[in-house]
Amino acid sequence: MTAVQPQSHTQETETRADLPSGSETDAVEAGTTATRATRGRSRIPWRFLGGRAVFYLFTLWAAITINFFLPRMMKGDAVTQYLSRNRNVSPEAADALRSLLGLDTDKSLWQQYVDYWALLLRGDLGVSLLHGLRPVTEVIGQSLPWTIGLVGFATIVSFAIGTIGGAIVGWRRGSRLDALIPITTFLSTIPYFWLGLLAIALFSVNLGWFPIGKAYGVGMSPEFSPEFIGQVVHHGTLPAATIIIASLGGWMLGMRNMMLTVLDEDYVMVAEAKGMPRKRVLWGYAARNAVLPQIQSFALSIGFIVGGTIVMEMVFSYPGVGKLLLDATNAKDYALMQGVFLVITLSVLLANLLADVAYAFLDPRTRQTEA
Amino acid sequence: MNDTLLSIRDFSVVYDVDPAVQAVRNVTLELRRGEILGLAGESGCGKTTLAYGVQRLLKAPAVITNGSVVFHDASGDDIDVNALDADEMRRFRWDKISMVFQGAMNSLNPVATIGSQLEDVFEVHRPGLTRSERREAVVELLEIVKVGAQRYRSFPHELSGGMRQRVMIAMALALRPQLMVMDEPTTALDVLVQREILKQISALRHEFGFSVIFITHDLPLLLEISDRIAIMRNGEIVELDTAERIWTDPQDDYTKTLLSSFPRLTGEKGMVLR
Amino acid sequence: MDTIVTDRTNDRATARPAGVPATATIRTAEQPSGKRTHDRPAFRSKLGSAFAMFRNGKSIAGLSILGFFVLVAIFADVLAPYSPTAVDHTARFQPPSAEHWLGTTHIGEDVLSQVIHGTRGVIVVGFLAAIIATLIAIVVGVMSGYLRGWRSESLSALTNVFLVIPALPLIIIVASMFEDPPLAVVAGVLGLIGWAWGARVLRAQTMSLRNRDFIQAARANGEPLRRIITVEMLPNLMALIAASFVGTVTAAILALTTLSYIGVIPVTTYNWGTILNWAGAQGAFRQNQWWWYLPPGLCIAAIGVALSLINFGIDEYVNPRLRSAGERARAMKKKGMNVNDTVTVVRPTATPSNPNEETP
Repeated sequence: MTAVQPQSHTQETETRADLPSGSETDAVEAGTTATRATRGRSRIPWRFLGGRAVFYLFTLWAAITINFFLPRMMKGDAVTQYLSRNRNVSPEAADALRSLLGLDTDKSLWQQYVDYWALLLRGDLGVSLLHGLRPVTEVIGQSLPWTIGLVGFATIVSFAIGTIGGAIVGWRRGSRLDALIPITTFLSTIPYFWLGLLAIALFSVNLGWFPIGKAYGVGMSPEFSPEFIGQVVHHGTLPAATIIIASLGGWMLGMRNMMLTVLDEDYVMVAEAKGMPRKRVLWGYAARNAVLPQIQSFALSIGFIVGGTIVMEMVFSYPGVGKLLLDATNAKDYALMQGVFLVITLSVLLANLLADVAYAFLDPRTRQTEA
Repeated sequence: MNDTLLSIRDFSVVYDVDPAVQAVRNVTLELRRGEILGLAGESGCGKTTLAYGVQRLLKAPAVITNGSVVFHDASGDDIDVNALDADEMRRFRWDKISMVFQGAMNSLNPVATIGSQLEDVFEVHRPGLTRSERREAVVELLEIVKVGAQRYRSFPHELSGGMRQRVMIAMALALRPQLMVMDEPTTALDVLVQREILKQISALRHEFGFSVIFITHDLPLLLEISDRIAIMRNGEIVELDTAERIWTDPQDDYTKTLLSSFPRLTGEKGMVLR
Repeated sequence: MDTIVTDRTNDRATARPAGVPATATIRTAEQPSGKRTHDRPAFRSKLGSAFAMFRNGKSIAGLSILGFFVLVAIFADVLAPYSPTAVDHTARFQPPSAEHWLGTTHIGEDVLSQVIHGTRGVIVVGFLAAIIATLIAIVVGVMSGYLRGWRSESLSALTNVFLVIPALPLIIIVASMFEDPPLAVVAGVLGLIGWAWGARVLRAQTMSLRNRDFIQAARANGEPLRRIITVEMLPNLMALIAASFVGTVTAAILALTTLSYIGVIPVTTYNWGTILNWAGAQGAFRQNQWWWYLPPGLCIAAIGVALSLINFGIDEYVNPRLRSAGERARAMKKKGMNVNDTVTVVRPTATPSNPNEETP
């Protein structure tokens, strides 16, 4: 995200062109940066977003290529054995699997690569041997909503609480709130999975408040009934709470540090000199600026968040893509593993893009139309 | 209407650190209505502390340890600035005394438009105005300082340094204050733009009649534009006189040193021969 | 990863005492680094002052805890009362007692010994992975920051790709391809995937350093690139490199224990994660055998805290605003001043207040 440095090197001194001495020139007519900006300026930062989109496409290509090479770097026997153990595969599916898993060594590398891409663009990720030969895309499609629901919800809540909390702690320097920082930071150094296990041990086994695992009760099938939704919420509380508590510390610390830096800025002092009420200075001037690097770091940490959720799903037996990946790994269902990796990567890139869009709208400096 | 706008008596400010620093010592000063007073001196002499201190804009560990500051409002009230509480101070600020800060580069909130930053002054201090009245007032301000109403929706990074400084001046003018404190308003700009800004300030002063406290280390500049000049050193005023007399007949040795330290266009270094 | 090192570090040259308005200090165009003079002091003393970051309280506390664990790792054989694999069928699932301070496992192994021996794997992998990752980060980051043009851009793109691709799934897939990887291989994989964050931070800082006067002077003097980077730039980057290293150790340890717990890394190795794996598999959580599952987790947390403390210490050194902010505010509170007040306090006294005096 190096493209996103806010422009701080604007001109230090005025250019001569701006004001010929003695005359009352309308500054708009002189050749300043602002001139071109005001004429037909679009408020959507196409340039910035376009650059980001190009980057993500490139990363996607890189991820797919890595995925292509990974099985081909492995010892081929494992995969061949695996395939030979499962005879019930249809010929087309077997072909697809061979291509995905790097077994079609009879073709040239380039040809393998092209075929691989052809498969992907068709949406064919092979069949899952672990799940009764169902298409990988279908298997993933079932699990993905659960993960997105859990991660999405927990992350947004954690980010919100952490950022708002960090803003307040930074604003009130030296107050007792400062103690929150080491506490929440300590909580984030505890490994996710251990926190989850402890939570289960305490709240499920001992106190019996929450069920031990899974997303909904045994024997229920997904539907949009209040009862089912109630079960989902009940089952999801513990995993979500664990993620939120574990990741809160990072957001809070980052925001608090940014606030401390921003509070020394000139425009905050100007706001206070203008007689702005304190709340306005805090939220409108200080926090509004401090949150920008937060969003950048949010985008970057999406990869880590996903990692944490994978583990969480295993601890709580939550039926998301993380658990899918782990089960596939243990069963050596290579096609499913690769498929999940690709889907996860794609989601992370999309989330990054969304975060970039949010950033672009929040920081007007990205809309500079001048190079 | 009282001719004096601001009465400062025995004003002292201390920075309560280890060891404590006395930044302003027993300064007594009367600022007249409509006058431009220059505050000159080297860095660290206390001129900024004094100017910020009389508006109580200094942050801890600065403490006002002595003296009184009385603001003689145009309405006839005498306001004891040191006695105001936080809320009264907030209302007093910008309405009676406003400031133009040094280095407008970073003085504007980078994520808000120029227009909204000018408007929020009205929102807070003139709650009676409707939205369109506020907008009109802001547009008027932008025209006065010749930034142009089209800039209403611009962001600070889209403006050049001189324009930003003019926006700051517009902002300071918004509530038609009776005193404007200007802290090195032109130091970061090049000379041509300096000239324009100074002319603008003079013109505005003639039109609106506010007093100005002009802080700078640039003594020749003050000699040109001020009515009176106060030379400060080590927290005290060593000389206070009209600009003319400071130039022609400086009394204090320090003043003489200051005057002679500015390079001359012609001739040798040292005191100019008159 | 919790430490966000911003580019504002360069502002410390204009640091001014709290409450003093900007014009009280001279603003010059040049921003000399806070502790260096314009002539070039010896490399040694530069390095010495670069390590000043470790001298504050937080860093020292963190380093002590870390040192403790390192010692345990080195002297594991001597410290552990039993061999970790010593099976004792008569003492299964025992809670802590005099003979077994942390109780026993499902087949009578001593938990304490297992935890002690587990330290070795954690420390070795953590540091090794961090060393590998930091070396790569330095090379890629500093080069891409110093060079210009397509070389810099392509290195930066490479860094960003590794940054965005989700690490854990990738590591899971790569690790699953090995049958029984030795610790070094595990460390290598972690290091090869985790260098990106440090590289990015170093790139940003190198880019800003490149434009500083002393670098321009060195180049004008004809100093070879090698020397410019090692002698001029690296000491200035030490704080960032240290912070990045510490952060990577934390991440590597967390990754290792997580992967071990999941079972992706085979359970023949000893580390705290595998202990938790066995504990989980034997139902220790459901059976409240807290002596088995609490200590490994607490050890992970303890090391995490130690590393965070070190990072805090470095952070405060790099950005002085963070350091004094809280302490200054509290010190001023004792004198009756609130640093968050927007209005100057009026406290009429005859003389400047004595800092030792308690204000009423």
